[in-house]
Amino acid sequence: MTRVLILIGTKKGAFILESDASRHAWELKGPFCATWPIQHVVADPATGTIYGAGGNSWFGGAIWKSTDRGATWTHSSAGLAYGEGEEPIVAAWSLAVGSDGLYAGVEPAGLFKSTDGGETWAHVSGLRDHPSREHWQPGGGGLILHAIVPHPDDANKIWVGISSAGVFHSADGGTTWEPRNRGTRADFNPEDQRYPELGQCVHSLVLAPGGSDRLYQQNHCGMYRSDDGGKQWASIEAGLPSTFGFPAAAHPRDPETLYLAPLNGDIQGRFMPEAKAAVWRTRDGGASWTALRNGLPQKDAYFGVLRQALATDRLDPAGVYFGTGGGALFASADEGESWSCLAQHLPAISSVETLVVDD
Amino acid sequence: MGDRAESAAEVEKVVTVVLPPALLALFPVASREVVLQARTVGGLIAGLDRRWPGMRDRLCDSTPRVRRHINIVVAGQRAALDTPLPEGARVYVLTAISGG
Repeated sequence: MTRVLILIGTKKGAFILESDASRHAWELKGPFCATWPIQHVVADPATGTIYGAGGNSWFGGAIWKSTDRGATWTHSSAGLAYGEGEEPIVAAWSLAVGSDGLYAGVEPAGLFKSTDGGETWAHVSGLRDHPSREHWQPGGGGLILHAIVPHPDDANKIWVGISSAGVFHSADGGTTWEPRNRGTRADFNPEDQRYPELGQCVHSLVLAPGGSDRLYQQNHCGMYRSDDGGKQWASIEAGLPSTFGFPAAAHPRDPETLYLAPLNGDIQGRFMPEAKAAVWRTRDGGASWTALRNGLPQKDAYFGVLRQALATDRLDPAGVYFGTGGGALFASADEGESWSCLAQHLPAISSVETLVVDD
Repeated sequence: MGDRAESAAEVEKVVTVVLPPALLALFPVASREVVLQARTVGGLIAGLDRRWPGMRDRLCDSTPRVRRHINIVVAGQRAALDTPLPEGARVYVLTAISGG
């Protein structure tokens, strides 16, 4: 029997919503992870193991782990540290399951890898060895490595997003890195420095399905597509209600389909445009966009959706899910055509991901 | 005389450590009070970590130092990792007021 799990990271712990494949009746479980602020919860689809990245003001950053769908949890930060004398890690911000291990991104920005299921961690030091590091500037959420995109078939290829240093790529398993920001704007820079090599404020980075090097990016300053692994980016923001937003979610099978949650603007409250909630979908790689509103609040929707809080599932039709800063979780079981609210009163939602398991 | 004083300081002291509820929630098998032998607060935390692996990371950062919002109180004073322990001391590990 197929079970669908929505993995939710919040300001006060992780939660799980679980349903059968119909995705109509959901049961909420949690809070987990000792009610720590949990920035990202992901699952390894091969094993069903759930991981949560977070950090607590008393106890620092750690990666939580459950091998029984949330019933019990352990945590570890063994090896999740920089050297003595360096600025210590505050929290873990992002997770990604790669073909040869589990990756974690942390604040201050850096990348770690575990090859024993999150029990111990090793620093992927090549990234912080990049000569640009002294110029990395923190964004509003801190100097965080919040996006990790391992190539599903090539363990040597990985992309990361750092706020606000930009996108970096490694083609040798993390030993060496190069910025991949050409074509993305930095509107906050002086007029003659709007397209720097790095320093852009990437908000979200996703790989399209299908085995190509197509990436999509939601940036502080625009939405973009790259068909060459980030060497060159092209704006896809025409037709959207703003150039600002945080998350992006790829379709599980169609590389032309992308979901975004544009907000009204970076200095206007970062709410849903006109306080009417919508997820925006393209079916043609960003050439045109459709607002998906059916079932979403169309009045007084003064909420935002954070960078990791929009996701799809792998069923057909794909489910689409997002969580709000106000603690509501909205879901669509039909690729965004219609929506329902699954939870209204959770803590502020940081992340939404999915796991589909076949018992 | 100096040598004798130094060797006396290196003798491990028996102390009782009192752990905070928020930490116990992370280590369900740990006990609220534990008797350990150590010379300094750093040694005490190493002893806690041997009993309950991972506990050091929760109390200290990689600087290394006691985490900013953790207070370890020895003889009524906030202690650092190199603070010596008096024989028979009752050492309190406390979580600072924090949150929202």
